[in-house]
Amino acid sequence: MTDVHTLPRALTAQVGMELRLTLRRGESLLITLAVPVLLLVFFSSLSIVRFPGSDSSPVGYLLPGMLALAVISNGMVSVGIATAYERYYGVLKLLGSSPLPRAGLIVAKVVSVIVLEVIQLLLLLLVAAVFYGWRPGGSLIEAVVALLVGTASFTGLGLAMAGGIRAEITLAGANGLYLLFLLLGNAVLPLDHLPGVLQAVARVLPATPLTDALRSAMTGGTLASGFGSSIVEEAIWGAVLILLAALTFKWE
Amino acid sequence: MARGVLYPRVETSLNAGVDPAIVVDGLVKRYSGQEVVAGLSLTVQRGEVFALLGPNGAGKTTTVEILEGYRPADAGAVHVLGLNPRREARALKQRIGVVLQQGGIYPQATPQEMLSLFARFYAHPARVDELLELAGLAQVARTRFRRLSGGQQRRLALALALVGNPDLVFLDEPTSGMDPQGRQLTWQVVSQLRERGVTVLLTTHYMEEAQRLADHIAIIDHGRLLAFGTPRELLRGTSDTTVVRLRLPHALPPEQLRALSLVHTVRELDEGDYQLEVENPAAALAELTAWLRDHQVVLDDLRVGQVTLEDVFLQLTGRDLRE
Repeated sequence: MTDVHTLPRALTAQVGMELRLTLRRGESLLITLAVPVLLLVFFSSLSIVRFPGSDSSPVGYLLPGMLALAVISNGMVSVGIATAYERYYGVLKLLGSSPLPRAGLIVAKVVSVIVLEVIQLLLLLLVAAVFYGWRPGGSLIEAVVALLVGTASFTGLGLAMAGGIRAEITLAGANGLYLLFLLLGNAVLPLDHLPGVLQAVARVLPATPLTDALRSAMTGGTLASGFGSSIVEEAIWGAVLILLAALTFKWE
Repeated sequence: MARGVLYPRVETSLNAGVDPAIVVDGLVKRYSGQEVVAGLSLTVQRGEVFALLGPNGAGKTTTVEILEGYRPADAGAVHVLGLNPRREARALKQRIGVVLQQGGIYPQATPQEMLSLFARFYAHPARVDELLELAGLAQVARTRFRRLSGGQQRRLALALALVGNPDLVFLDEPTSGMDPQGRQLTWQVVSQLRERGVTVLLTTHYMEEAQRLADHIAIIDHGRLLAFGTPRELLRGTSDTTVVRLRLPHALPPEQLRALSLVHTVRELDEGDYQLEVENPAAALAELTAWLRDHQVVLDDLRVGQVTLEDVFLQLTGRDLRE
């Protein structure tokens, strides 16, 4: 009888709390918000790396990679570390005995991730447009699909880490993986700049299909091809990682 | 209905036809093959304060977690407010409040934020400002949790259990780690809850707490019920014996004390620390002190008193509650 009224209220309250706490974690904001913007500015302003299709400006190549990084950092780093510590502090356990359903907590986390991503995407697009003359192109629908599938994958990865391993290890692991995806995820450095072995490693990481799909979507396929195959690959990653999270997640 | 089938005995033994708040029947829980709850049965009536008393590792917390619906039972049946805690978890969670043994609160959130958040989870929440007042947290309502004192943190945990105006509150070691002031306040709150007709199940290893607050006490160890009754009933069985606590600077073979004619039992609590049960205390003390004088044993401390729950526990389990 009461659930009908309390569930939406409970969810919005939980989303509010998630957002508020995320905004309070300065070190986490640095990684999620500042790093992609700084990388965009850095590599767009200095021609250290020769990017494909960068006759005028590398921003067209870089921006999709930075959007992917934003998704990875919000989903995996921010959610993963925060949730791991919530488990450590017993917060998940107490919430588990409250009327907020367990699925409701996950939904609240995903919604708060999406809200933060939207803010961050707007910031990145604004910087790209104002300072580096970036103009929208390609397919908006494809880009949104890629962002959503990527969000599902990396939030799943963050939750799998948070639920399965200790908080300290999640903290180190999430930051380590972030660096790995940054370097080998085709986000900043084009894969063909890498030695053969690293290229092979990069091809099997879940970050690469996300950056490829986004780059293909946002450039109409000119800087990366095969949106279809990339998005399917990313969706498989998403399914695997969410399943992993569901299997390993512990509430205490 | 299913309840009648599962609990025919309970249905007939009820006073005034009111369902008990909690019925536990033959509860078993195993962790990696070992039984931490081993066939526990007990009944908690509505509106009473019920204490689960036992040392660490007795199975108190596991039992409470099963009652809250947090863990499934391996065997046996459990009904809480007439509901199955696993299958009817949603309905149950609206009506219970929970204080965990430790933790449970975002370190970066304030009491105001936590209480407001939880208030949104319940259909009929209490007022946040009243709860802050009740828990003595009004002054620190906007201070982050991790900056609160240990006592304030525990009081916030207690206030969170009350947000939903629950019918039943689970308090798992509510006063462990609390300052004396916080302990007093918690006891006051528990008394107020009882006055309002709220059922309280608390676990504790503080005798004084159980003796003071509880209408009924279940003493458990190794997941089994050892004794059950009102504090008075638990003491009555032993009230004809007197307890003498004896402390000596040097240890002494307990058999020597046991040889005294009026001493029933001798328990060595620590080196040189003995607990004797005696009858006819005046005569027994005369015998004891004469023996000590004759053997030139120095006496550090000697106390005579009635049996306390602590002694009852020691008798039942052979070990100290605070071990």
